[in-house]
Amino acid sequence: MKTLLEVSGVSVSFDGFRAINNLSFQIGSAELRAIIGPNGAGKTTFMDIVTGKTRPDAGRVIWGDKSVSLLGLSEAQIARAGVGRKFQRPTVFEDQTVRDNLILALKKPRDAWSAILFRASKADLGRVEELASEIGLWERLDDPSGALSHGQKQWLEIGMLLAQDPQLLLVDEPAAGMTPAEREQTTKILVEAAKTRAVVVVEHDMEFVRRLNCKVTVLHEGAVLAEGSLDHVTSNQEVIDVYLGR
Amino acid sequence: MTPRRTTLAAPSTITFLMVLAAFTLAVTVMSEGIGQGVVSTSFVKTLGKTMCLALAAVAMDLVWGYTGILSLGHFAFFGLGGYMIGMWLMYARTELIVLASLSDSTIPATASEITDAVGTQIFGVVGSAEFPMIWAFADNLVLQLLLVVLVPGLLAGVFGWLAFRSRVTGVYLSILTQAMTLALALYLFQNDSGLRGNNGLSGLQNLPGLGHVSQDIVSLWFLWASALALGLGYLFCASLVSGKFGSVIRAIRDNEARIRFLGYSVEGYKLVVFVTTAMICGLAGALYYPQAGIINPAEVAPIASIYLAVWVAIGGRGRLYGAAVGAVFVSLVSTWFTGGQAPDISLGFYTVQWVDWWTILLGLSFVLVTLFAPKGLGGLVDVLNRRSDPK
Repeated sequence: MKTLLEVSGVSVSFDGFRAINNLSFQIGSAELRAIIGPNGAGKTTFMDIVTGKTRPDAGRVIWGDKSVSLLGLSEAQIARAGVGRKFQRPTVFEDQTVRDNLILALKKPRDAWSAILFRASKADLGRVEELASEIGLWERLDDPSGALSHGQKQWLEIGMLLAQDPQLLLVDEPAAGMTPAEREQTTKILVEAAKTRAVVVVEHDMEFVRRLNCKVTVLHEGAVLAEGSLDHVTSNQEVIDVYLGR
Repeated sequence: MTPRRTTLAAPSTITFLMVLAAFTLAVTVMSEGIGQGVVSTSFVKTLGKTMCLALAAVAMDLVWGYTGILSLGHFAFFGLGGYMIGMWLMYARTELIVLASLSDSTIPATASEITDAVGTQIFGVVGSAEFPMIWAFADNLVLQLLLVVLVPGLLAGVFGWLAFRSRVTGVYLSILTQAMTLALALYLFQNDSGLRGNNGLSGLQNLPGLGHVSQDIVSLWFLWASALALGLGYLFCASLVSGKFGSVIRAIRDNEARIRFLGYSVEGYKLVVFVTTAMICGLAGALYYPQAGIINPAEVAPIASIYLAVWVAIGGRGRLYGAAVGAVFVSLVSTWFTGGQAPDISLGFYTVQWVDWWTILLGLSFVLVTLFAPKGLGGLVDVLNRRSDPK
């Protein structure tokens, strides 16, 4: 399988604290991967580095077929290159409708001039409706997204990510605050998405990770501690000591 | 499926334009110039000026209410627009006067003699007779009209590019815009700024070559021009905010980081809004000052830009008609209070004089609106809509 994202030897520290310590990580172009680890293991910082929010002190982040370095690019440029990110807390634009939120995310030219001239075509609106049914929000298309429940906001955000059509999806705790039924639906969406793109899920909830049924990377103190199937890593003594044993 | 609302179909836009047209027509009919003479020429000018202020407020709403950039410098752009048109008005009129006075002499004056005489007339007051560089195009109306939008646009572009690129946001950006405004005002106060220091530019109400037309008529021309500019400016801003562009800038206001991760260049959008609104303010200023008759550096003082924000807050942020209504309401009430028409209140031991107390009343209402009615006067419209359309 081709490598889509390659992180190698990355380190970053904040005020002397090493959040990421010589981390190396790879993911293929159509792969589902879960990242687990105790608090402070560097999961969120890892996402910040890949998406351009944080600049590492050392290391390389190489992206895509053309092997571009992501380190010199701004957040917006990285997003346009094909990296989508979902935050831990759902962040949708609450005073805008579900439809407008999805249209904002649709893969279109992002410059101001294109936005001024933009008129949603039939195909665009069709795509929006298709996504809305996929995330179960078809009936709420014209409601302000601030009126949605917590779980629905999570889905809307996932829907926006899919609308962006990224090659790599970084998802931070997608199941937080969801009911069991909602979790099941979320699992389905993520597994489906991973058929055509890379999906990285950061999650605390072991049960949810088990349901994803994918390769797992365990982070600890900013470095990879173990990698493999969930059963493989959970039987690793080091992993048990730092994470599961507590 | 409901179609997305278009600008022209938006009820508030249509209502606004119709009210504006009806109001302009009514004032015209009642004016001294061609109507019944109920409305005095000076009040026609006040109304025309108020429309220019409303246009600046609409621009301010675009930059603050919609994009979330609390600029406290947009009145500087307004003033710059006024200075740019003022330069032409003053130059062209002074030239005509000089030519008239030289026409009696036996030897025809050379071009340089005329220029020198015009220079002495304009800059004698600051002890100079030379035309500064910035007056290079003052004899050309078309170029000077272009400068009305280009100079504010360029200043906003350079300032915005530096500030947004460094990701200066929130109160820090507001302070920077105030600093820019203060620096500009202090510069203009200097006698060698090339714009006549604290004398400013005056006599702007007299249109060169049209001295025979009475101010009763000229005031109506400017009223119509101001109404047209306000109408078109409103329509332009309404069309910007109704589409996807509006969606993006409101998203920037609500969560800048999030929209960045969707791939939008926040800095680019902010710069577009900042420069565009600065140009609109420049245009509004260019229509305002010929009606005011004079512009001086005090007009560009930081407090003016703060007033602009106060109008928008009182009128209601995030809705264009709110900004316009706020500007009209507050500036007209302000004219009433500070013009000495408001009756002073005698408390026996102390007399409340509104000329002094008006600013305190304004400040208080700003605080109250911010605390208890964040939607401002525009919020009343929501209340009325809910009553008439119970769901």
